[in-house]
Amino acid sequence: MKLSKQLGGRGALTNSYIQIATAMFRTGILGYGGGPSIVPLIRYEAVTRFKWMEDEEFGEVLAIANALPGPIATKLAGYLGYRLKGVGGAIIGVLAHIAPTCAAMVGLYSFIHFFSTSTIIKGMIAAVVPVVAVMLAVMAYEFGEKAVKGLGWYAGIGFFVISFLLLQTLSVHPAIVIFLFLFYGAFHNKLQSLWKKKQQKGETI
Amino acid sequence: MIEWWHLLVSFFLANVFGYGGGPSSIPLMYQEVVPNHAWMTSSGFSNMLALGNALPGPIATKIAAYVGYQVGGWPGVLIAVAATVVPSIIALIFLLNMLQKYKQSPVIKGMTLLVQPVIAIMMLLVTWSSFVESTKTIGYLQFFGIAAVAFYFIQKRKIHPAFVIVAAFVYGGIFLQHS
Repeated sequence: MKLSKQLGGRGALTNSYIQIATAMFRTGILGYGGGPSIVPLIRYEAVTRFKWMEDEEFGEVLAIANALPGPIATKLAGYLGYRLKGVGGAIIGVLAHIAPTCAAMVGLYSFIHFFSTSTIIKGMIAAVVPVVAVMLAVMAYEFGEKAVKGLGWYAGIGFFVISFLLLQTLSVHPAIVIFLFLFYGAFHNKLQSLWKKKQQKGETI
Repeated sequence: MIEWWHLLVSFFLANVFGYGGGPSSIPLMYQEVVPNHAWMTSSGFSNMLALGNALPGPIATKIAAYVGYQVGGWPGVLIAVAATVVPSIIALIFLLNMLQKYKQSPVIKGMTLLVQPVIAIMMLLVTWSSFVESTKTIGYLQFFGIAAVAFYFIQKRKIHPAFVIVAAFVYGGIFLQHS
C-alpha cells in the first residue's frame, strides 16, 4: 500500500516485471525491418516512456551491444530486463519481445501465400518505414548533440568525420570502429587534462 | 536427438559470427539451413524469409523459430531460438556489469563519451539506407509526407510511437497497396 503510494499509484505499470513485459511486447510486434530498426522503439520505451535509464547510458549500452555479435534487439531486451529485475527480468524481456512473432511464424506458414502476395500487407509495411526512419534520424541527431556537448564543436565534428570515413567510405567493420573509439575514449580524459596543463603553462611563460 | 545438437550448433555459429544485428546473420543462417544440413530447399528458405519480413519483430529469432519447428517441433523451436539469443545476451550483461563497477572512473567516462559520435553516425547510416529503400517503393512524396506527419506527432505532440505506427498501417493498407 505504502509502496504504491510512493510510486504515485500508477497501477499495474509500476511493477517492473509488467513494465518490461509491456515495453518489450509492444516493441516486438510493432517494429518492422529487423532488429536495427527496432532500436529507436526500444529507446523510446526505456528512456522516454518508463525512464529506466538516462539517454547517455542507453547510448553506451547500445554501443557495447553493437560491438558484440548476434541479433541486436534481443540483446537490448535481455539486458534491459536484467538491469531492472535480474535474470528473471531478462527472461521476461526476451520472451515478451520474441514469443509472439515466433509463434506467428510457426502458426502462419500455411498462410504464406497470402502474406507474401497480399498487396494490402505490403502497403502497410511500406507505410511504417518512413515512421521508423524519422525515429532513427531523431536518434542520430540526439546522440550527435550529446557528442558535441561533451566533446565541444571541433572535436565533436572531427569524430563524426572520422566515424563516417571509417564506417561508410572505408567500410571498416562497425565492431572494429566501436572498439577503436572505446580504446581511445579510455585515454581521452587523461590526454585532455594533459593538453590543458600544457596550454596553461604556455600562457604563464 | 542428434538433430537437436545440430540445431544448437548451427544457430549458435550463424549468430555469433553475424555482426550488425539479425539481418546480417541471414546469409549465415542460409548457409547452415540449406547447403550444410539440407533442412530446407533454397526456395523454401526464401518463402520463409518472405513470411518473416511480413511479420514484425527481430528477424533472426523468427527464422530460428521456423527452422527449429520444422526440424524438431516445439523443442526444436526452443533450442534454435535459445542458441540464437542467449550467448549474445550473456556476453552483453557480463561486459556491462564490468563497466558499471568502474562507472565513476575517468576512463569509463571517456569511453562513454567517445561512443556517442559513432552511435550517431551509425544511426545516420541506418536512416539513410531505410530512406533509399523506402523512396524506391513508395516515392519521395509519400515518404516525406508520412515522415513529416510522424515527426509532428512523435516529437511535437509526444504521442506514443505505437499509435503512429498503427495509424501508418491503416494508411498504407488503404493507400499504398502494391505488388
